[in-house]
Amino acid sequence: MSFDDWYRQDRLPHIYCAGCGNGTIINCTLAAVDQMGWKKDDTVFVSGIGCSSRAPGYIVTDSLHTTHGRAIAFATGVKLANPDLHVIVFTGDGDLAAIGGNHFIHGCRRNIDLTVVCMNNQIYGMTGGQGSPTTPKGCLSSTTPAGCAEMPFDLCELAIAAGANYVSRWTSYHVKELEKAVKVGLETPGFSFIEALVQCPTAFGRRNKFRQVADHVEYLRAHSLLKAKSDRLLAEGKPIPEDMFVVGELARRNRPALGVKP
Amino acid sequence: MTRIEFWQGNTACAEGALAAGCNFFGGYPITPSTEVAEIMAAKMPKKGGVFIQMEDEIAGIASIIGASWTGARSMTATSGPGFSLMMENIGYAAMTETPCMIVNVQRGGPSTGQPTMGAQGDMMQVRFGSQGDYAIIALCPANVQEMYELTARAFNLADQYRVPVFLMADEIVGHMREKIIIPDSMPQIPRRPLVKGTLPFKAGADLVPGFPQFGKGYGVHVTGLTHDERGYPAATNPQLHEALVRRLVDKIENARHAIADFDIINPDAEQVFIAYGAPVRTVQQVMHDHPDKNIGFLRLRTVWPFPEFALREFKNVKRFLMPELNLGQMAREVERHVRVPVVSIQKLGGELTTPTELVAALEAPL
Amino acid sequence: MRHEVRFSGFGGQGIILSAVILGRAAVMYDNKFAVQTQVYGPEARGGASMSQVIIDDEQILYPKVANPGIFVIMSQEGFEKYGAGAPKDAVMLVDATLVHSRPQCKYLEIPGTREAKQTLGKDIVANIVMLGALVASTHVVSEAALEKAILDSVPKGTETLNIKAMKLGIELGKGAQAHEVT
Repeated sequence: MSFDDWYRQDRLPHIYCAGCGNGTIINCTLAAVDQMGWKKDDTVFVSGIGCSSRAPGYIVTDSLHTTHGRAIAFATGVKLANPDLHVIVFTGDGDLAAIGGNHFIHGCRRNIDLTVVCMNNQIYGMTGGQGSPTTPKGCLSSTTPAGCAEMPFDLCELAIAAGANYVSRWTSYHVKELEKAVKVGLETPGFSFIEALVQCPTAFGRRNKFRQVADHVEYLRAHSLLKAKSDRLLAEGKPIPEDMFVVGELARRNRPALGVKP
Repeated sequence: MTRIEFWQGNTACAEGALAAGCNFFGGYPITPSTEVAEIMAAKMPKKGGVFIQMEDEIAGIASIIGASWTGARSMTATSGPGFSLMMENIGYAAMTETPCMIVNVQRGGPSTGQPTMGAQGDMMQVRFGSQGDYAIIALCPANVQEMYELTARAFNLADQYRVPVFLMADEIVGHMREKIIIPDSMPQIPRRPLVKGTLPFKAGADLVPGFPQFGKGYGVHVTGLTHDERGYPAATNPQLHEALVRRLVDKIENARHAIADFDIINPDAEQVFIAYGAPVRTVQQVMHDHPDKNIGFLRLRTVWPFPEFALREFKNVKRFLMPELNLGQMAREVERHVRVPVVSIQKLGGELTTPTELVAALEAPL
Repeated sequence: MRHEVRFSGFGGQGIILSAVILGRAAVMYDNKFAVQTQVYGPEARGGASMSQVIIDDEQILYPKVANPGIFVIMSQEGFEKYGAGAPKDAVMLVDATLVHSRPQCKYLEIPGTREAKQTLGKDIVANIVMLGALVASTHVVSEAALEKAILDSVPKGTETLNIKAMKLGIELGKGAQAHEVT
């Protein structure tokens, strides 16, 4: 068995653009699921709306492709009604943090036993590149033509503050680390949140000087600051460069959780 | 053994749901429906079911749709503002053919309006509130007994037709306490499972596909996008979209005779009242106080799909009189089916139509 | 025979519970019909609360109280808002301890709150005293039915106190002098 066995063969080709980072994240997630030894009949994928949310449609298990922003709320119903099912949510930055922000923080607060994988491309990709709550300050999108004037959300800090049991962040460059992080997320009871920064050459890259996919992936790699190094800098009282983001396991704890299989 | 209780309408609703095997309640408390959630919170865990208070009504209905896909008999309860928030996911439930039960204890709108006063202002919203064409089933109780019985029936209809079913109550019926006779048990008609190896969204003659429950090995993909019979997105195929939407509407409209629930009194009358919900009580009082074969009554328990064939039972009718706690929402529906005048007796403000008001309408010249 | 009973007082006196107990007594133990309604909303919490009960031998069709014939008034604000307009042919029980106005109809002065406090040591049961007086003076339900409905409705451990309150109310109701309309 490998991640490949989890795909619906009759659904190909998929809708993702050439160079899209989402495929990497879906592969890593399915590889982690596969390692769990879970049965396909006992595993459910739930998603909202957006590029990342199309993922469940390519997976052989039962899956629920729901309304914009609401995946976690739907998944909460699935999980509580049948805790025997393993429930994984695919979402994106707009789906999760804009329209679905309330469900996100309440999912974390309840610490409901879901694993949420967010493909953060920092833009609305499917609809042609509008700004999202994670579009970096100054970046261009079709709705921030003069550069985004707002500060972005740090999704992981949000999840930690709201009470999620497991939180980690990686990028589409860090495939091994990401796969491992998803697996730990799947193993951890309660709400597990894995943010994966991904390149979106079509909507984000071409507006923001990443015309080559490799350039964007390299940018993500080069601006990733390992958690251990970030902690060291903080301990030494040194500044964390503004354009860097912390990657690694950011929270792992054992708060009381909801919907855990008895 | 049947037993007698002195219950509030909202209590009867919650108890009727439990008697019908409801095992999942997800919702957000809102006046005047809150008692339903409170009773569910207290009783559901003891029955081995799930009660969850969600962060808003959008999440409430999302959770019950998710639960329904695992086979649960799921419900939520709300009122106007929450009902408005639910609209998008109601359309999702219709599109994905998810059985679920939604209680709306109607209060005065628009907006926050009159939280503690009765109204029937959501009768068109329940039918047409979400985008696109679809069909639903809506039942209207006029007493505490029906809060129990119609709630229980709603679950059967939801499972039978794979559609969201609404109990369109109102604050008057929801909050009043009165005598109720609790039946020994409520009949439960289970969901018909999908035959393994057949397409999950391919329907037979009744236009209702079998249900591929999550966790049973169907590997079904459920999407709110226009989908083919496999359940796969096919959002740019005009013929497929039209066929799907027509089936979603036809499966309910074609079954309207089976879904209909109404009483006809004095079918030979020239003046005929039509009522649903709390105003039924006022009509009953007037009919009791003025026994007259020339006053008829069509008393509706099923409002959607609208049983227009019932109107034709009144062969001699000269005019229909329709008391509603809105500005004539269902009177418009009646108007498009009949050739005689439909007098809309409208009441806003939260109080129930009085017998005096109905008598005045009866005595007005034809 | 249709009886329409209106209770009013301030939030916390158990006005709603009184109406529920009365309706319950009629339905569950006197084999009658009853409909209980109440005023909801923030006004009803601290200010004047109001609840009504219709009791009838036949099924109750129109469920709203149009012309209450019996009033139980337990606060001055309740009197002003829900009691002052009582029709001349009505009968009103006023908690003489808390209501200083008197209506234009026949009325009985029942010192419910004072008696509950002085005789039973708990003014919280004043509403039950008033219920006892109501039943003794109007017979809208039987005393046996009232007792059972009270036992169904009050918190565990307070049964004896509440039955004492009811019996005290019945005595007060029987002994009260009706003030006729002048």
